[in-house]
Amino acid sequence: MLRQVRIAEQAFDPEAEIAAFRNALTQSGAVVTFTGQVRPSSDDGQVSTLSLQHYPGMTERGIEAMLDDAAERWALEAVLVIHRVGDMAPHDPIVLVATASAHRRAAFEAADYLMDYLKSRALFWKSETGAGGKAWIEPRDADYADAARWDHPSDGR
Amino acid sequence: MAKLLFFGRLGDLAGGIERTLDLSQPHSVRELIGVLEAGDPLLGSALLESRVRYALGGMIVDAEALVEQDDELAFLPPVSGG
Repeated sequence: MLRQVRIAEQAFDPEAEIAAFRNALTQSGAVVTFTGQVRPSSDDGQVSTLSLQHYPGMTERGIEAMLDDAAERWALEAVLVIHRVGDMAPHDPIVLVATASAHRRAAFEAADYLMDYLKSRALFWKSETGAGGKAWIEPRDADYADAARWDHPSDGR
Repeated sequence: MAKLLFFGRLGDLAGGIERTLDLSQPHSVRELIGVLEAGDPLLGSALLESRVRYALGGMIVDAEALVEQDDELAFLPPVSGG
């Protein structure tokens, strides 16, 4: 499986990344992409800045382990993960996941799996600054439940 | 010097992401938290929350793990990405 993981300190262009990802494929008939972008408003009102922090080295190793797991579960030709860190404004892309497989099911499921991991298990810390000041964001219960769907019953995670 | 890293809201409480600590002998994570707590009870209690994990040299460890001079110990509060 071709794999690319990038922690981006600067803004990236999802459309250009997806085009390059597709052009490099030689076997796949299915490409699934997910882009997460900064929501313009939260429960506390308008968001002015979203900031993401990571633990250089350990964050990347965790994502690589997740890709190892995905490669065991699904027959994928290629996977791309780009995740922003630093300060972002509303509408800025935060994360891009792209998966490619022979047929659609594997690509859909793998992209879903990768996003569930990135939302609630990868080593990122997210804060939001708006009119009410700065607040650290934690995953919602639904995010934890989403990630737990993929746990192997035996490994007790 | 041992390097201590505080991520997420722990960094706000610690007044910065990084601190160094001179360790003449190895100390457990639990003992180091005790030292930090003595100087800053609020930070200490935040570090002891059950959802905070510890990483020593990039590996998750428990509170009994021994930290030596030149080690890197990171405090990891609940994560959120995407």
